[in-house]
Amino acid sequence: MTHYAIEVENLGKRYRIGRAPWQTRGSTSLLRKVLSPFNYLLSTLREPEADEILWALQGVSFNVAQGEVIGIIGRNGAGKSTLLKILSRITEPTQGRAIVHGRVGSLLEVGTGFHPELTGRENIYLSGAILGMKRVEIERKFDEIVAFAGVARFLDTPVKRYSSGMYVRLAFAVAAHLEPEVLLVDEVLAVGDAAFQKKCLGKMEDVASEGRTVLFVSHNMIAVQNLCQRVVWLDGGQLRAQGTTADVLGKYLSVTFAAVAEQVWYEPQTAPGNEKVRLHRIAIRPAGGVPGDPISMSMPLLVEVLYWNMVPQARLHVCLHVYNEQQIIAFTTNSNETDPITQDNPLPVGLLRSVCHIPANFLNSGAHRIVLLILENGLKIIFRHEEALQFEVLELDERPGAWYGKEPGAVRPRLNWTTDLMIAEKMP
Amino acid sequence: MSSSTTAAQTEAPPVACIVIESSRGWASLGLRDLWEYRELLGFLIWRELQGVYRQTALGISWIFLRPVLNMLILSLVFGRIVQVPSDGVPYPIFSLAALLPWSYFANAVTRTSRSLVDNMHVISKVYFPRMVIPIAATISGLVDFVAALLVLFIAMLIYRIPLHIAILWLPLLLLVTVAFALAAGFWLATLSVKYRDVAFAITFLLQALMYASPVIYPVSLIPESLHIFYYLNPMTGVIQGFRWALIGGEAPPLLLFSLSVLMVILALVSGAFIFRRTERTVVDVL
Repeated sequence: MTHYAIEVENLGKRYRIGRAPWQTRGSTSLLRKVLSPFNYLLSTLREPEADEILWALQGVSFNVAQGEVIGIIGRNGAGKSTLLKILSRITEPTQGRAIVHGRVGSLLEVGTGFHPELTGRENIYLSGAILGMKRVEIERKFDEIVAFAGVARFLDTPVKRYSSGMYVRLAFAVAAHLEPEVLLVDEVLAVGDAAFQKKCLGKMEDVASEGRTVLFVSHNMIAVQNLCQRVVWLDGGQLRAQGTTADVLGKYLSVTFAAVAEQVWYEPQTAPGNEKVRLHRIAIRPAGGVPGDPISMSMPLLVEVLYWNMVPQARLHVCLHVYNEQQIIAFTTNSNETDPITQDNPLPVGLLRSVCHIPANFLNSGAHRIVLLILENGLKIIFRHEEALQFEVLELDERPGAWYGKEPGAVRPRLNWTTDLMIAEKMP
Repeated sequence: MSSSTTAAQTEAPPVACIVIESSRGWASLGLRDLWEYRELLGFLIWRELQGVYRQTALGISWIFLRPVLNMLILSLVFGRIVQVPSDGVPYPIFSLAALLPWSYFANAVTRTSRSLVDNMHVISKVYFPRMVIPIAATISGLVDFVAALLVLFIAMLIYRIPLHIAILWLPLLLLVTVAFALAAGFWLATLSVKYRDVAFAITFLLQALMYASPVIYPVSLIPESLHIFYYLNPMTGVIQGFRWALIGGEAPPLLLFSLSVLMVILALVSGAFIFRRTERTVVDVL
């Protein structure tokens, strides 16, 4: 018989969103402004109307067995944070219920309850108490916490004088030594430097291996894949799917990131472009796959651009600007650099196809956007198409070491390295 | 259940089961939960105290300086310039005996009423019984109260005014003051979550209440016929009681004072329930 650690039944949370002021028709006379606080009072007393209601979570049911590590995935606004807030009793559900067996610890933020004026030592006690630890418990683990954070020298310094790195380390150390039976973790991994993220995830693996239940909300697919046995997928406040990590993650990735892998226009009269060129189709796909397939870092990619040339003897070439999440151009590429057909040769009128081959292990993980340009005579931009394609590069491959955080950098090529011994010397 | 839990029970307390659902109507006060978190209450009070006088040149001496300065100003303005009567007691002693409960009350109400909003960053991230926040805010002011009491004892020594047996009533009077401050704090903290107007209104409310209480003038200035209304304000009885217990004179009328104490109890209980009702969804509003 399975013991459940968390049972969620038909859980729902309704928020009341304010009505935009311009929707209340009429003049904005002074009288109306003076009376507006009373309008606010009145509006809180009456039942909300349909357009003022937002169900952040609706009819969600799932169970988590004891000792299981479960991942909650979904886009922004899917209800993940609301679910965490309800389970950690920060806010109440509007309908349904959840039963949690055992002591709950929630890590929704690093450094909850820290007071900048107090010293590191004092904050360990304060933050520990806020997170639900007893005094004796904190005393017992005090040395361990200090060692984990590596702030022994600064214990009696107010934390406002700490570097941000030290601050985060100390805060996480306190939280990490909370020993709840059920641990709820929000995207805490998103903060801090690489070394800290590594430590965070290592600690979470420890917690899981000790047989405690972990509910983990994340955007970091590689962390979810490595840490979680089961995954719940929320979409628009509702449960879209639940099951084994491989199953649900596969569905999630293909649905979520297929959005603009391909665009097609059939009529040359209405297709984007001008009197010189018109677009017919643009698409990105993994080599050997179709547009919409999940794209991972280890796959070679093809970008296809099909366009109508309307001007006889035109000298055209295609250029791609690939942007990353930070809106930085990861790289640009021009077809006339390598392709002899668009290299200064006059092109016939008709439908042309240019294909760009992006090698495997070149792009970094994350969201990308391609802007398409068509140039004339090697330098003049005659057509520019923003938001041509959008795609997400996923990191799905096993990585040596315990860290699953994202490596910095616009590109992440795997380059060849060699190491050899130059001079053998005996160390004294 | 039996075999699998025994091992866990030797280490940790028995596995608690928390049911999370929408509570309807008036929930219980959750006093057991509050007791569970008494250590946190201690830490929060300690945090309030630690934070206040950090990085000030005079540091902890401020808690003695504040009542002394207040007393000096009131004595100068009302004792010397306006010449308010003080029932034959030296005005500094007369005013300080009233300032003891009044300053505590005014500070506690101000602090308590904004405690929820001030601690939002914690409330929105971790669960604990929210009631510990206003309670900590109310109680932490008692340290200033004790310091002011010491100042009064020293002043009484200087003016050679003896203590007498009625001082034994002081703890009870203080309890009424704390209860009233907490009751007002519960209501105002609850209201200020939704209506930030409260923060502005409090300054005026407290000022009005101070003039409606015998802080700078004696009760004897108010006509006897109005005492029924005058004593509806619990602070009237409290302040009169403080003067009587510390420096002698007339005791507050028992019946009227008991009535106002009853009101305080009602306000406290209703405030606590209102607070509990609001705390469930407080993060959605803020």
